[in-house]
Order: sequence, then C-alpha cells, then structure tokens
Amino acid sequence: MKYDCIVIGGGVIGTAVLDRLATYSMRALLLEKEDDVASFTTRANSGIVHAGYDCEPNTLKARFNVRGNELMWQDVEDLDVPHLKCGSIVVARYNQLYQLEKLAHKAKDNGVLIQLIDRETILKMEPNISDEVVYALYAPSAGIVSPYQLCIAYADRAVTNGAKIKLDTEVIGIEKSEYGYKVTTTNGKFECRCVINCAGAHGADINDLAGAEHYETTFRRGDYFVIDNTERKNINTVIFPLPTEAGKGILVAPTADGNVIYGPTAVDSTSSDDTATSLASLDEIRRSVPGSYKSYAFNKCIRVYGGLRTLIGHDFVVKQSEILDDFIMAIGICSPGLTSAPAIAEYIEQMVVEKFGLIKKEKVVTVMRKHKRLENLSEKDLDKLIAKNQAWGRIVCRCEKITEAEIVAAIHSPLPATTVDAVKRRTRAGMGRCQGGFCGPKVMEIISRELNIPLNEVKKGGGAAIAQYKVKEVE
Amino acid sequence: MNTICIMCPMGCPLTVEQEGDEIKVAGNTCKRGDKYGRDEFTAPKRSITTLVNISGGGVASVKTSDSVPKERIFDVIAEIGKLVADENVKIGDRIAENLLGLGVDVLITGRK
Amino acid sequence: MRTLDFDVAVIGGGPAGMAAALAAQKAGAKTVILERDVRLGGILNQCIHQGFGLHYFGEEMTGPEYADKFRKKVEKKDITVMLECMVLSLDKNKTVTALSPEYGLCKINAGAIVLAMGCRERTAGAIALAGSRPAGIYTAGMAQKICNVDGYLVGKDVVILGSGDIGLIMARRMTTEGASVKLVLELMPYSSGLKRNIVQCLDDYGIPIKYSHTITRVEGYPRLTGLYYAPVGEDRKPILEQEEYIACDTLLLSVGLIPENDLLSGLDVEMSRVTQGAVVDEKRMTSFDGVFSCGNVLHVHDLVDNVSEEAEIAGNSAAEYALGKYADTAEYVNVTATDGVRYALPQRISKGEGKVRVFFRVGDVYRNCKLVAECGEEQILSKKFMVLAPGEMGSVELDKSRISGDVVVRLKK
Repeated sequence: MKYDCIVIGGGVIGTAVLDRLATYSMRALLLEKEDDVASFTTRANSGIVHAGYDCEPNTLKARFNVRGNELMWQDVEDLDVPHLKCGSIVVARYNQLYQLEKLAHKAKDNGVLIQLIDRETILKMEPNISDEVVYALYAPSAGIVSPYQLCIAYADRAVTNGAKIKLDTEVIGIEKSEYGYKVTTTNGKFECRCVINCAGAHGADINDLAGAEHYETTFRRGDYFVIDNTERKNINTVIFPLPTEAGKGILVAPTADGNVIYGPTAVDSTSSDDTATSLASLDEIRRSVPGSYKSYAFNKCIRVYGGLRTLIGHDFVVKQSEILDDFIMAIGICSPGLTSAPAIAEYIEQMVVEKFGLIKKEKVVTVMRKHKRLENLSEKDLDKLIAKNQAWGRIVCRCEKITEAEIVAAIHSPLPATTVDAVKRRTRAGMGRCQGGFCGPKVMEIISRELNIPLNEVKKGGGAAIAQYKVKEVE
Repeated sequence: MNTICIMCPMGCPLTVEQEGDEIKVAGNTCKRGDKYGRDEFTAPKRSITTLVNISGGGVASVKTSDSVPKERIFDVIAEIGKLVADENVKIGDRIAENLLGLGVDVLITGRK
Repeated sequence: MRTLDFDVAVIGGGPAGMAAALAAQKAGAKTVILERDVRLGGILNQCIHQGFGLHYFGEEMTGPEYADKFRKKVEKKDITVMLECMVLSLDKNKTVTALSPEYGLCKINAGAIVLAMGCRERTAGAIALAGSRPAGIYTAGMAQKICNVDGYLVGKDVVILGSGDIGLIMARRMTTEGASVKLVLELMPYSSGLKRNIVQCLDDYGIPIKYSHTITRVEGYPRLTGLYYAPVGEDRKPILEQEEYIACDTLLLSVGLIPENDLLSGLDVEMSRVTQGAVVDEKRMTSFDGVFSCGNVLHVHDLVDNVSEEAEIAGNSAAEYALGKYADTAEYVNVTATDGVRYALPQRISKGEGKVRVFFRVGDVYRNCKLVAECGEEQILSKKFMVLAPGEMGSVELDKSRISGDVVVRLKK
C-alpha cells in the first residue's frame, strides 16, 4: 500500500501531526509499535499546559511552547478533552525573589504574560501553600489537560477524517525507494513519499534506521504520586518550585482527571524504556512536596508512575533532514513537549503542505461530537439513554462512576480501545482508588464480549493478558 | 506434636501426645478440635474445595462431602478436573460419588 | 425520576446487607436492598473455600453456600431487591440517589439507612509499590474473582505480599489449581491473617512466609518477570543491602482492607481513624441519626458469622428507628481503647440493663494477657486470653448495670 506520508510514533506529537495531515487530500498513515496510541511518554507525564515563561528565549522550545499554549485551548474544546486553564505559580521563599525576577525577564522575552505576586495574593489563589512561600510568579495562561486523552482525541479525529493508524506495528527498516521510502515493519511493508519521525524515546533510532542525522540521546526519568480525587478540592493551580538545571522541579498539580499529582523527579537514565519508579526517587518527592504545599496527603496515594524525558542537546529537534529528502523529524521532545504538540504539528503541516502543494479536503470534521459521560448528563438525557440502552444504567467502575455504555463506546471509537489500559485511558474506568480491583474483571468481560475474543486473550496493555490460563488446563 | 486447629477460625493451639495406646489432645476448646488433633497425629485429612468445568463453558465451585487424606489432595483435585458438570447444575447437586474410592462425593457449592 | 419510599434502605447486598434487611423486615419495616452486582452475596460468591457459618448456622460451609442460604431467605420475604443498582449519593434527608438499568436514575426516601457496602483492598498504588507497572500485579481479591468465578488463573509463578486472609486463601487456591506459590512476604513480624490459614494454606503446601520483609521493586514489562525484596528494620523501612531477587510472573497483594465509606462524604458522620468506619453505638447507629452501619464497612471482620450477627443488630435497630419505636432517651458513655488495644466497638454504649458485646482488635501479638474494661477506677470486666493477635478480632461481654461512666478497654499482663 502506498501513502503520501507515514508518521512514525503514536504519541501526542505523532497523532497531532496526523490529525493535521488528515485534513488534506492525501493518504496519511501512522505506525505505532504498541497496542494503543499514548502508550509511553504521552501517558506518563505531568499533563501541564505550560505558559512558556521558563524556556530559553529564541529556542524551538520557547517558540513551540508559547504557540502551543495558544492553540491548545482551542484544540481541547474542539476535541472534547478534559482540561482546565487554572494558571500556574512558581513559588519562592524570602531570599529567592531574584530568581523569580530572572524568570520574569525570560517571560518578557518569550512574550508570556506573568505576574509577580506576594503571599497575600498567593493565599487567595492557593490557601494551602507552604508557610515558607513568600512570593510567586503567576502565569494565568497555564493549565492542565489529560495528555493521553488529548493524544487519543487527535488520533480519533485523524481517523474520522480519513487517516489510517496501524497499531502493534514497529518500524524495523526504512529504505529509499523509487516512490520515496519503503518502510518495513513487524506488520508489513509500506511505501510513502514522506516520512515524519515522531518516535519519542526512539526518535534517534529511527533517524539511524533511515540514515538521517545521528543524534546522541539521553534520558531522564521522572516519578510521580497520584493522589485520590478526594484531595482535589485542596488545590486550584499548578504549583511549581523554582526550576533547576534538571528541569521544572517537583510540582503539585490537579489533573484533568480530577486527581492531584506530586512529581516529577529527575533521574538520569541510559535506557529508552526506563519508566520503573524507585524507592529513592519516591522518597525525594515525599521530602520535596511539603516545601511548596502543606496539604500533602501521601497516605491518599492511589498510584505511582514513572515517565521518561528524551533529551537531545538542550532543545527540540524539529526539522527537515539535511541528509534525506522528504524526511522530517520531531525528536528530543521533552518538556514542554505536550504543550508544544499542536504547534509542532502546525509547523510540520506547513512544511508538508509546501513540499507537496496539498489542498484541503472539502469536508473535514473539526469539532468532534462530545463524549457522552454519565457525570455530564442531565437527568432527562440519562433517562432517555437508559430507555434506549440499559447499559447507561449499569455502572461498571464504581470509583469513577463509569457506565457500561461509556466502555462499549470506547471499544467502538474511531481508534478502538482493545485493551483494559486503552479503555482506562479513554473512560477512566479503573483509574480510581480501587485501581480496577473491582471493575477490572468486568471490563475484561465487556472487551471479551464486544470483540468476541475469549477472556484469556483480553490484554492489560503492552500485549500481556490478565486471565492467563484456564483452570483445569494449567500444565 | 504442637499444631493449630483448623476446624474453625478460633485457631486453638493444640498439643497432641501419645501415651501408650492412648492419644491425648490438649488445648482444644471443642470436640471437633479433639478429633482434628487425633486425625492430625495419625492420618491428617483435609476438605477440598476447587472448581469444575461446566458443559458449554464456565466453571462451578465444588467441595468434597468430607475430608480426604492430606496426601491425596492433588489426586482428588486432578480427578475433579476430569469432571464436566451439566450446565443446569445448581448449588447442592452431587456430581460424583465415592471419588477415587475415598468415600467422598463431590458437591456443587456455587456458580456464576 | 422515579421516587420510591421505604422504611429501611440497606445499601449493599452482601452478607451484612442481607442479614440487616432480613432483620429489618422481620421487625416490620418495608425494606429495600440496593446491590451493585448482578446478584446478592457480595464477595462471598467468590470465596469458594470452607470456613463460613460454623458459629451462625452450626455448620461449616463455603462462601457461595453461605450467601445462597441468605439469598433464599431474602427471596422468601417481602424485601425489595434492586440489582445492578449503584448508589451515587446519600443526602442529609436520608434520600438515596441510585442508578440501575431497571430503575434508571432514582431516588429512594428511607426512614432509616443501613450502610453495608463492605470494604475494598489496598492496592499497589496505595502502598506506592516501586518499579515497573506490568500485567501480573493484582489484589488477591481480584485474582480470586478471576479464578473462582471466571475460571482463569492470572499466573503460574506467584509471590504474595501481605498475609491477610484473602492472600493466604489465594496461596492455596493458586497452588491447588496448578500454580507455584514461591513466597509470601509480610511487612510485620506477625501474620495479619488467621492462624489456621497459615497452617492450612501455607504450611500444608510448604509455602514459605518471610515476616518483617517487604518488596523494594518489581521488574518486567509488559509482564512481571520478578521482584526484589528485603528485610525491614525497626522502622519498617527495607534494608537495601540485604535485597534479594525472586523470579515470578504474578504478585498478589493482601496488604489490608479499607471500609468503603466514600458515600458518607456528604454527611456529617463521625468516623474512627482506626477502623476507618463510622463511630457507632451498640445498636450500630452512627453519629447521624437514622443512619446505621454494619459489616466490613463498619470495621473489617475476620468471620462472616460476626458480620451477620452485627448486621442483624443494625437492621433491627434501623427498623425500630424508621417505625418510631426507637427509644433514644438513654444516656451514653464512650468506649475507648488503649494499652495494646487498637480499637473497641461499639464506641458508644447506652446506660441501662442487660449485656453488650464489645469487639476489639489488638496492635501486636500478646500471650497470656488479660483484657480489662474499666470505668474510672473500677474494673468492670477482666478476661484472660492465651494469645491475642492483630489478625484475630476478639470480643467480651460487658454487664451494662456495672457501667457507671466512660469505659476504657486495655490489655494487662
């Protein structure tokens, strides 16, 4: 099968690019090695829409962050992705004012609106700020978004507009061909005119595979605590400490899913798949959080996770290859990569459009139909839905109050959810305080029924089944 | 011999001793404990609960009608593994008798 | 929205809910059970092992049989049962908002409410388990459901963290169904489960248990491949220098049960920090008038027989309350626990005549000790115990006529 563009990697950058390409009269395909999009860094980060005050001026990071922030708030509306433009504060102690002032200068250079505020003002915004905090840098344009739902929504819209996504498809070879490129995968061969490398932690590997520019990659892991949604009421904004060389520091933030997170740490790593949390790193969070936030509740932890930052030098690498024609890369996308996603996609879209002189499709879906969710339904609408389909009255996930109908809808969405984790990312079933202990088997049963597969073929995610062996048939 | 009685959740600590032909159990607080202590000393026995396949798919839970020699636990479970219960089976149904000649039957205890 | 009126609404149709509803109905109350599952019985339906009913029915049976006995009793009585019915909220007027496929979104106005929602298991997240997040790590109860109800094993090479009863029971279940349970690790120097479960679930099958040990990290993705564990010091922190590795494809967690009281967030109910359930009087009424609590949502029990008994008290009292027969003119005293006793329940007792049974748990293993109850200087009860352990709930009966003021329950050598 021949395509115009192949996007490699189904993280938020790849799906955002695909989503834009799908609006043109062209054949676009995305290849993802995992069984769902948003399966690696996109599912394990802070979910922050950064304002852009802290990026070094005149870098791609600064440019894409600021533009990405502008685009993001429209995208999340159009795509019906959980979000909140809640603002962020960087908090400082008495003797740290000058550091905030330095940040304020950068903000000015980057064209980001910020405000230096005193304790009294901070307390109005964030009553549970730590007692030592005296000043803060307030950025009203910052906020939070569900990173995986954003990625999935881009993918869904791209598919709705005619793009293709192949999951469980790992790229193992890229060769020049008469047509352009021949891309060999674990799931067939594909030809295309243009390759767009959005392969995240494996971005440099894909470059090497194709013979494009070689980059040295380093990795930095960050661990997080996820706190029960009962704690959500105690926090209003994203609370950052002062940034350091290693990153933006251990933040305290609400999540778009209604929880609170503490993290990330910054642990240097050599591995592109290192997302395992460590005791030492989790302890660092336990020590750090009280310095900025006093309503910490580690005893309400429902989950810990680790995410990986992929670094190439000090900036993103987003460009047309200088070695290979029609080979575009968006790699080394660490923080603020999520915020930058729409801007990087916009930039690549322009590159591709110029290259191939693409024209827009006549009919394009921009605003996706809102997901029906129990929590947003009026009594009347819910009654109507139940009358037609009893699954709307059947709560499967008791912690997050997710109905069977929502789960079935996720399984049959444009990019279908076929695993327990994929259902979780789309519906929040299993994301609550029991962590799927109660609803996990029920979700498995629903997937088994809807996809007509036996229970032992239902995967958690990453290709591993949960109910592995039929009893009485165990060797 | 010192052991913990498993006949009920009380978990009485038992001391079982043989004096000549007589086996003495101490520490028990009921008759069941006395019997358990003796059995445990001479020939330990266990009740078995496991699953059985149902024709047409799925499983039902089963128990043995009485306890079986401890060393035969896995034999008994393997034998029950060969059984297939009718799909209309219900709690209390006897699906096998005198399993392996041990004098115990297999009873359905529950199903989905 | 449909509105239904009942004297007593019982939230939860497990052993506590069924017993409470039966008692309420018997006392003359128009009663409803709101059950979120497709059938009554709750977690008992997946507990296919023996050990239920010896005290209550004088007959040992399995969980599903115990549930079935109660289910049949409920079916014979005039009790409304709403299945697949999830309670969404409970408000100050004792109105329950619930959702079910059959009734849709509905309101249930009740004269009295009985909370019987049971408990949930602590998860890998709750204990901030370090390492990767692969398939193969489940709560023991989830593995139990998948095994005993669905008929599948979650893995073959198993390590169990925690020695709660479900974990021990699952060690035996996994073994007898063909898996290899390699090791049980327990953070504390003693088991948190029943002694007899150590004997019949671990010792019988030669499964080793290491006390004062915990997991330091898990490894593998997408499936668990192994884990590191270490002994813990006095502070319960792992001694990393003594870390050891064990290969496994499954880790089952049996690290504690938490009463599922999330529904109470809208009400001003006094909660116990120790039990994580409501504070109740001997009739199992919470600090919110007309709201009663029983079973594992009140405090985690070891024996379902005790749950049934407790639920009968709550159900009967709820009926009395709803029917206006509740005499609440009594004076109450507080019951508190100290010196080795973690909690005593009920936490409030009315003054008067008769007996009242007080349940308690201790915080460590104690041998040859006395449990005493005191009112001020006066000792009103003393009972000897050969051994008391945190995994085993104890009880004593107090003579109310001797209660002159607040009661303190403590251990004495």
